[in-house]
Amino acid sequence: MIRRILAAAAIWLGASAAAFAVDVQQVTSPGGIHAWLVEEHSIPFTALEIRFKGGAALDEPGKRGAINLMVATLEEGAGDMDARSFAAAREGLAASYQFDVFNDTMSISARFLSENRDEAVALLRQAVIDPRFDQSAIDRVRQQVLSIITSDATDPNRIAGRTFDAMAFGDHPYGANRNGTAASVTALTRDDIVTAYRNVLTRERIYVGAVGDITADELGAMLDSLLGDLPATGPALPADVVPAIDGSVTVVDFDTPQSVILFGHRGIRRDDPDYVTAYILNEIFGGSGFNSRLMEEVREKRGLTYSIGAFLAPMNHSEMIYGQAQTANERAWDTVRVVREEWGRIAQGVTQDELDEAKTYLTGAYPLRFDGNARIAGILVGMQMAKLPVDYINTRNDLVNAVTLDDIRRVAKRLYHPDELQFVIVGQPGEAPADN
Amino acid sequence: MQRLAALIVLTLTATLPLRATAAEVTTFTLDNGLDVVLLEDHRAAVVVHMVWYRAGAADEQPGVSGVAHYLEHLLFKGTDDLAPGEFSRIVAANGGSDNAFTNQDYTAYFQRVAADRLGLMMQMEADRMRDLQLDQADILTERQVVSEERNLRVENEPGALFSEQRNAAQYLNHPYGIPTIGWKHEMESLTLENALAFYRTYYAPNNAIVVIAGDARPDEVRRLAEQYYGPLAPTPDLPPRVRPQEPPQLSERRMIFEDPRVGQPYVVRSYLAPERDAGDQREAAALTLLAEVLGGSSQTSELGRRLQFEEQTAIYTSAFYSGVSFDDTTFGLVIVPVPGVTLAEAEAALDREVQAFFERGVDPEQLDRIKMQWRADAIYSADSPRRLAQRYGIALTSGLTLDDIAQWPDIVQSITPDEIIAAGRRVYDKRNAVTGWLRAPEAAEEVNQ
Repeated sequence: MIRRILAAAAIWLGASAAAFAVDVQQVTSPGGIHAWLVEEHSIPFTALEIRFKGGAALDEPGKRGAINLMVATLEEGAGDMDARSFAAAREGLAASYQFDVFNDTMSISARFLSENRDEAVALLRQAVIDPRFDQSAIDRVRQQVLSIITSDATDPNRIAGRTFDAMAFGDHPYGANRNGTAASVTALTRDDIVTAYRNVLTRERIYVGAVGDITADELGAMLDSLLGDLPATGPALPADVVPAIDGSVTVVDFDTPQSVILFGHRGIRRDDPDYVTAYILNEIFGGSGFNSRLMEEVREKRGLTYSIGAFLAPMNHSEMIYGQAQTANERAWDTVRVVREEWGRIAQGVTQDELDEAKTYLTGAYPLRFDGNARIAGILVGMQMAKLPVDYINTRNDLVNAVTLDDIRRVAKRLYHPDELQFVIVGQPGEAPADN
Repeated sequence: MQRLAALIVLTLTATLPLRATAAEVTTFTLDNGLDVVLLEDHRAAVVVHMVWYRAGAADEQPGVSGVAHYLEHLLFKGTDDLAPGEFSRIVAANGGSDNAFTNQDYTAYFQRVAADRLGLMMQMEADRMRDLQLDQADILTERQVVSEERNLRVENEPGALFSEQRNAAQYLNHPYGIPTIGWKHEMESLTLENALAFYRTYYAPNNAIVVIAGDARPDEVRRLAEQYYGPLAPTPDLPPRVRPQEPPQLSERRMIFEDPRVGQPYVVRSYLAPERDAGDQREAAALTLLAEVLGGSSQTSELGRRLQFEEQTAIYTSAFYSGVSFDDTTFGLVIVPVPGVTLAEAEAALDREVQAFFERGVDPEQLDRIKMQWRADAIYSADSPRRLAQRYGIALTSGLTLDDIAQWPDIVQSITPDEIIAAGRRVYDKRNAVTGWLRAPEAAEEVNQ
């Protein structure tokens, strides 16, 4: 029956996801704010995703954590409302606004019903345009951030990330966690928070995606009212940075039964012409979609771990390829050895079968990403920030299918360097064996 | 403060209540006893196919804890027709994704694929429902993998170890006191025979529910289900689903869990509580609203307002209740104190505020806002067929019917403030409670504070 199933699969593949298409409209508001829109009127709500390029990497020297604290306090009082009145108003409308910040972006993810859209947007506008940053709100949220910093201090995953970033990026904002340290967060003043707000939420860095029960005209008017009163420009973005790593293994002693192993080296930029090829390669090597080489060698054959994977991390100011695994302390060095061997093997390229399988998976899985209004809105913003064309959704699978084995060979050699692969182990793996 | 919430709540039982739903629902039962539920959504040519077994960790025999979850892993290890790993490879080769999960009351397998691959998914799930074939090497490697999964999720997470200990104290007799992933010493010695015994009994069409959500039509689904699942033989003497029940709980239980890896100490209190029962969901609906009123929103809930905003005793407070459960569930409260407030003081503040709330009663405006959000959820949840399918699967394997699911939103809307307070007073009985303190050993805690 294996044969029978595979034959059936092959026939169905012929009739594959060809029907897939997403109709993306480019909208420019009367006030000049650009947005991408997918109209979807079957469910009476809209998902709106707004991102500001820059994010926590815009923290000023010595003020690490200011932008994170600012973003966490945005919703804690606006206009003539304190935190509780604001929350009560939002809950009464059954709207949701989520404010997040990462090193490269700050995001606002909003969701509101058609029946009270104007009120929901007017309320969100107050948080975006007229946040209060009351001292009491800042102090309360600061306690929460400090609590997270305290918890992270004894979390092996966080220790691994922190150790790797500090080593690779040093004094660049990427070198320190965006939450800041207990000392830097404790020292932040209200003025620091207001400065952080003025620096991050600026019109020149806005990207917008909207999906749902809204027309282009309605969206344009809404964006002008929501964002039109923000300052036009902000401070310069930080400089690019090359990771300073040497292919060694750093062990951080931590008393826990399972070691966390983080590894990586320099990767590839999102706007590099070889990015799609690198993406396919990484999928074969350490992707989550199917039995990647890392899953096969480390989990399936040897049972060393529950999960292992690798991913490309193209950032605004640097680019990395990372991987992570967790394994019992006594098997950590085995895992390091197998990962390094596999890193060397993938540098030699892949087989035609592996490439074909990855293409089938990636092209078939792509339409499944467009799963719900909020997800699609997020994808639309991501595409704009990566400077992809508006028809990319409908041409992306052709790009994947066009990659040849020669492309793969060339890019594999360029991307994977086992000698440069840096490891951080947090746990108690014992002494390194002689060959490590 | 999403992360802080995630940090703590993830270590508790799942807290998300099963809410309203809006989709075209079709259901039928095959001659061999297999139930099929279809939730139509034709916005995209995508379908979610899930097989839910009415068997989870709480259905295990004594001494083999973790076997339901271990078996879930082994279901990917091949059948008479498929080689190990082949199942997922075929799903991937068709552009789909697949996975599985195990809980106390169910084990579920799912795939998301292009709508025209539904038949293939059914063919493969039907195959592994009855024809699993395992070899010794595979099962030993996979036992190491589940050990590493326990290391990842539990041994490396003091909050998860704490949760296991509290849960074991909560249930005096019911198997819900045993962790789904299994006690370490038992899961590490599970055998092929243990797994196969569970498999042969429970993996059968008369013990399964197929939930399909997305771009599929009823006549097509019926034709495919009859073709692929129809020929499977049922388990003839499927045991009734009766687990050992709780005796009256007569004594409060308290514990202190210390671990040097704890950065942020906190207190969790849980009470044994009734779950949603078929045809009888009012008490559960009242408790569901009670959890939201007491600890739903940080800014506007009773505990958040009093303890985080006014008194500033707490960094974070929460109340949790999951009514979807086959047997008795729990209602719980969490408080994370600010530095300088001891766990004893935090616990006292929590008790004081809950009692004060019972005296004061429910703020009608707050209740209106919460009910408004429940109404809106019927609209928002229609956006994700995957989540809808999950809600149906969980409810149906927890003993609820489609009617119960359909009536639930109206029942929630009809609950009065008095019913919420009355349900709260009934559940708030210390004899049914476990109170746990999580902290670092003293020396370490002094350094932190």
